Amino acid sequence: MNTDGNNTHRIKPPQLSHDAAVELIGVNKWFGEFHVLRDINLKVMGCERIVICGPSGSGKSTMIRCINRLEEHQQGRIIVDGIELTSDLKKIDEVRRDVGMVFQHFNLFPHLTVLDNCTLAPIWVRKMPKQEAEDIALHYLNRVKIPEQANKYPGQLSGGQQQRVAIARALCMNPKIMLFDEPTSALDPEMVKEVLDTIVALAQDGMTMLVVTHEMGFAREVASRVVFMDMGQIVEVNVPHEFFAQPQHERTKLFLGQILR
Amino acid sequence: MTTMEGDRGITDIKFVRATAIEARPAPVPMSGARGWMRANLLSTPFNIVLTILIVLLLAWVADELAKFLIFNAVWSGTDRNACLESIQHREIGACWPFVWERWSYFVYGSYPIPQRWRVDLFFVMLAVGVVWLLWLEAPRRDLGLIYSFIVLPVASYILLHGFELIGMPMVDTVLWGGVLVTVVVASVGIVLSLPLGILLALGRRSRMPTVKLFSVMFIEFVRGVPLITVLFMASVMLPLFVPEALEPDKLLRALIGIALFASAYMAEVVRAGLQAIPKGQFEGAMAVGLGYWQMMRLIILPQALKITIPNIVNTYIGLFKDTTLVFIVGIFDFLRTVEVARIDPKWATPVTSTTGYVVAAVFYLVFCYGMSRYARAMEARLAKGDSR
Repeated sequence: MNTDGNNTHRIKPPQLSHDAAVELIGVNKWFGEFHVLRDINLKVMGCERIVICGPSGSGKSTMIRCINRLEEHQQGRIIVDGIELTSDLKKIDEVRRDVGMVFQHFNLFPHLTVLDNCTLAPIWVRKMPKQEAEDIALHYLNRVKIPEQANKYPGQLSGGQQQRVAIARALCMNPKIMLFDEPTSALDPEMVKEVLDTIVALAQDGMTMLVVTHEMGFAREVASRVVFMDMGQIVEVNVPHEFFAQPQHERTKLFLGQILR
Repeated sequence: MTTMEGDRGITDIKFVRATAIEARPAPVPMSGARGWMRANLLSTPFNIVLTILIVLLLAWVADELAKFLIFNAVWSGTDRNACLESIQHREIGACWPFVWERWSYFVYGSYPIPQRWRVDLFFVMLAVGVVWLLWLEAPRRDLGLIYSFIVLPVASYILLHGFELIGMPMVDTVLWGGVLVTVVVASVGIVLSLPLGILLALGRRSRMPTVKLFSVMFIEFVRGVPLITVLFMASVMLPLFVPEALEPDKLLRALIGIALFASAYMAEVVRAGLQAIPKGQFEGAMAVGLGYWQMMRLIILPQALKITIPNIVNTYIGLFKDTTLVFIVGIFDFLRTVEVARIDPKWATPVTSTTGYVVAAVFYLVFCYGMSRYARAMEARLAKGDSR
């Protein structure tokens, strides 16, 4: 097991087999009568960090939840690393194996220890030997700076620690793409930084990621592109400094005006 | 602030007490036996009245019970004459010789006497299995699982039913009875109803319309009819549809009826547990790539079953007592053997029935209370296991 220097702990995301990590083409989705996603087109290249922002109810969470099929889209195509998501369960499993997700409310498994939370999927989904899975789990727990909590239960940790465990849990599956669904929205303010730092480190290692967040400082720092959504539509996509300096659309200006003050 | 006040305090002092204040009496002790009684039994006038009334009631019950079960009881005799009122014996309590004499009937029913060692062996094997499974620190619990769910059922079937090839004569289930039947029916029901109930509960929440429809229909139908109806259906209706040669054994039919009946109730209990699991747990499990059965087995069911333990055991206790209804299709379970024995002319006295029912009550109480205590201990253990 490696516990020495940080350099050996760089996360090397596996290579994507296609140029485009995620491609959404003309995606539409309805919740009953409510049109949540309207004609979404977005192409995310490998190693890109996409930050998605927008007012609540604008469909940003729904959009990234469609990428690993926690939500089903009803029109259009979603292609994740060359695999098109259809109702084919095999394809869905394949995509989920390569796409890690971190939730607003962590969704750790409360009846398992931190270590078991991390080793469960590698053992059962990747059929990895237990010892190897534990080595990898400790490696990532080290990486998110909580190796000493490995044998505790999630309920014994603080919110920030739980979210870092959730990140480690996702990384243990060695994902090609990471999805973050408002990872800091349920945290106390003083814990936001430790989680954001972890995500920033991950971004610096070249992980392809889509992050739904209201942390504009974070967007400025790590985003390759910022996507602004409203009313189920992508209103504007731009590189961060232009997005914040010269927003193109009135709606974007209004939104930024409200949250940046 | 405080220093200013302090300064003023010193200058303003007009008098200093020269003697110590008299010591106040020690506070009423709130710990120890007396303290406990004061806090819990005698805290208010209403509480005092309740305590007195309940103590009186308990004393009266205990006195009556002791008189009936011990002091006025008849301890020896060969037939009803021992338990009849006489000049020496004005008040007659329990008629124990009746129980001694009929005990083997209560346990084995009409199982042939030379073959009864097979039943004893079955009881021993069952006890080993139960202890192996329920004692959480037992060695090799994995072997215990294999023993209890594979070896034990096969061995029990061969032992109890017979196997001509190895020289064990067949014993028709018509002859089975007493504790044997109650234990067989209850354990088959308990063992089958949980997995069947889990499958039905998952089916009811399934997205596959046919699976869902079947589960809902089954659960609602079974819950919509009394157990007696199910048993009647199994023993009277089934033979009408199945050719005589294929007709299953009467006890087997009742067993299946009870297991299916209990599984419908179990399904609703498990479903309640499944509904209590937050949606995030399902999403977390799916997002790490677990398939449906892995998600259920590793994430959802462990949590759902844990919170439903009290209700599962409640269903088990109900099932255990429901086994008494098999008498309606002519099967001699424990209660039925007591029922038959108590009207036997050889022992018919005014106290025979009461004695028999006391024995039955103690038997059912021991089993049900045992299950209930075990479940409490298990809950406490699990609650401690992940202090959340």
